[in-house]
Amino acid sequence: MPPYTLPFEKPVLELENKLRELANFSESQKIDVSNEIDRMKKRILDTRRKIYSELTPWQKVQVARHPLRPYTNDYIQRLTKDWIEIHGDRNYRDDRAIIGGFATIDDERVLLIGTQKGRDTKSNLECNFGCAYPEGYRKALRLMKLAAKFRLPIVVLVDTPGAYPGIESEERHIAEAIAVNLREMFTFPVPIIVTIIGEGGSGGALGIGVGDRVLVLEHAYYSVISPEGCAAILWKDRAYADRAAEALKLTSNDLIAMGFADEIIPEPLGGAHGDPETMAETLKTVILRNLKEVKMLSDEQRLQARYNKFRAMGRFAEGGPPAKGAARRAPPLPAAPTPIMAGDTLADQQPPARE
Amino acid sequence: MPLFSKKNYSTVKVRKRDIPDGLWLKCPGCQEIIFKQELDENASVCPKCGHHFQMSRADRIKLLIEDGTFQEWDGDLYSVDTLGFTGTASYTSKLEENRRKTGYHDAISIGRGRMAHHDIGFGVMDFTFLGASMGSVVGEKVTRLIEKSTKARLPVILICASGGARMYEGMFSLMQMAKTSGALARHAEAGLAYIPVLTHPTTAGVMASFATLGDLIVAEPAALIGFAGPRVIKETTQQDLPEGFQRSEFLLKHGLLDMVVPRKQLKQTLVLVLDYLLDKQTAIKAG
Repeated sequence: MPPYTLPFEKPVLELENKLRELANFSESQKIDVSNEIDRMKKRILDTRRKIYSELTPWQKVQVARHPLRPYTNDYIQRLTKDWIEIHGDRNYRDDRAIIGGFATIDDERVLLIGTQKGRDTKSNLECNFGCAYPEGYRKALRLMKLAAKFRLPIVVLVDTPGAYPGIESEERHIAEAIAVNLREMFTFPVPIIVTIIGEGGSGGALGIGVGDRVLVLEHAYYSVISPEGCAAILWKDRAYADRAAEALKLTSNDLIAMGFADEIIPEPLGGAHGDPETMAETLKTVILRNLKEVKMLSDEQRLQARYNKFRAMGRFAEGGPPAKGAARRAPPLPAAPTPIMAGDTLADQQPPARE
Repeated sequence: MPLFSKKNYSTVKVRKRDIPDGLWLKCPGCQEIIFKQELDENASVCPKCGHHFQMSRADRIKLLIEDGTFQEWDGDLYSVDTLGFTGTASYTSKLEENRRKTGYHDAISIGRGRMAHHDIGFGVMDFTFLGASMGSVVGEKVTRLIEKSTKARLPVILICASGGARMYEGMFSLMQMAKTSGALARHAEAGLAYIPVLTHPTTAGVMASFATLGDLIVAEPAALIGFAGPRVIKETTQQDLPEGFQRSEFLLKHGLLDMVVPRKQLKQTLVLVLDYLLDKQTAIKAG
């Protein structure tokens, strides 16, 4: 795959071009410019460091979608051994957007599942750009049941723009497939360690994302809707994706702050795609450490802790309207324990028209 | 060209029929004009074509629950603008506007009540409040409904409607899917019955969580039911959508729904289903 530069990485690209020119010049003219070259290399490093320390949420989304970013398969190759892939949902077909199988990470035998993206047209057609159909979620469920039966911890790698919104998806009930996974993942007593390695696209990510630990790579994102989708709805224009990305609070730091993720896994300078080897090594270390901690709990403790973790997610006011201006201007609201409250009118708002 | 030329069009004065607002309605199903009172007496179903109009929470409770037996739970939960979300309008102003418009604090009411001889946990979602989108309050109330019903060993009937996630709450909105599904896992483990009733429209995050996790899944006729909206699917796939796509009858045919029940038969059907499902000891004798 040819090198790919994100718009905000341009300064680095320019410096790299200069460096190359300098090296060529030195070689052709037989002049020693090693001092300049060293200085240039340092400048490249500094520039890259600066860019990556100041990424906006929208830029992070672009890093998370970088076409050279390591995908599930890359991590399987780098951090596991004795990989045995398992196929199919025993019902319809083998969805290539969610892959899974037995893997050994150091000494840990686990069941690993993950959403898989493609790098070229052929592989993208095969795995549908990482967007799973219902059978993908049902395959994941089958594999997790297998893991629960044979007491294998479950390691999940998430990298998907979302579940596939297509006719066949609806005909085979994608919503039901995701819902059942959500429910069942609360019942498997074996440890479940989820890592968002790239894109955490809404229900499609959550559909395999209920775990004892939810880890997130530094530049990965996790969101209820894509920034573009949100912009199209709230700003009526996809061009506002940068503002939507900011408003949605989807970066790894936001996820930690709000309690949706337990730990940020640092990426090498320039993002995971800059140094996949180091990335895989870090990922392995963090997954194994978390797995070790979660394994110390009894099954009941683990299930209760998993329940409590997700049970606590949500922010609201109780006992009275939320503080300040907003509520003060609101009209008196119906008293709390009235059995049947003042009705709303039929004509008030109709749902979308039926065709 | 003359300065004051004759207009090349004429104005036709339309005599507006002198009808008080809200007394008559045009049915979107058959385009007939129907008397509102007649509609009210007919469970908000068009007496001419059977089109199911949207129904208020109060009417939903009246339709299924015995008079005076509904006890509301957690009616004092309010949404808050955790993210400080400002799109074209702030979340706070949207909430305020919807509270004023509907008279409710958020898009769902929950509680317990008696349906014929069955004591049940009951919830009803309200599309008129921000499209019944699921934020923290909706998720929390659904979860409390299920948890309290599990504790009290009650079956749960939940009237579902939703336009999707409440984007203004970002990830808090998404995680309600997991939270509610987790509560249903425990309700199911306790051997209790859960029946969601899908009404027009039930989509997205609500569909991909508690709306599809019923022991039985019931829907009203011609309701739009799906994960992604038809427009999104059309834009993504560039395909023509099949006829009746994502409607109740389509989903019955494709095996998702157990039954499509007209509103007027809803109560008797649900009662009979619970008669079959429930252990005789847990059913409460009538009267």
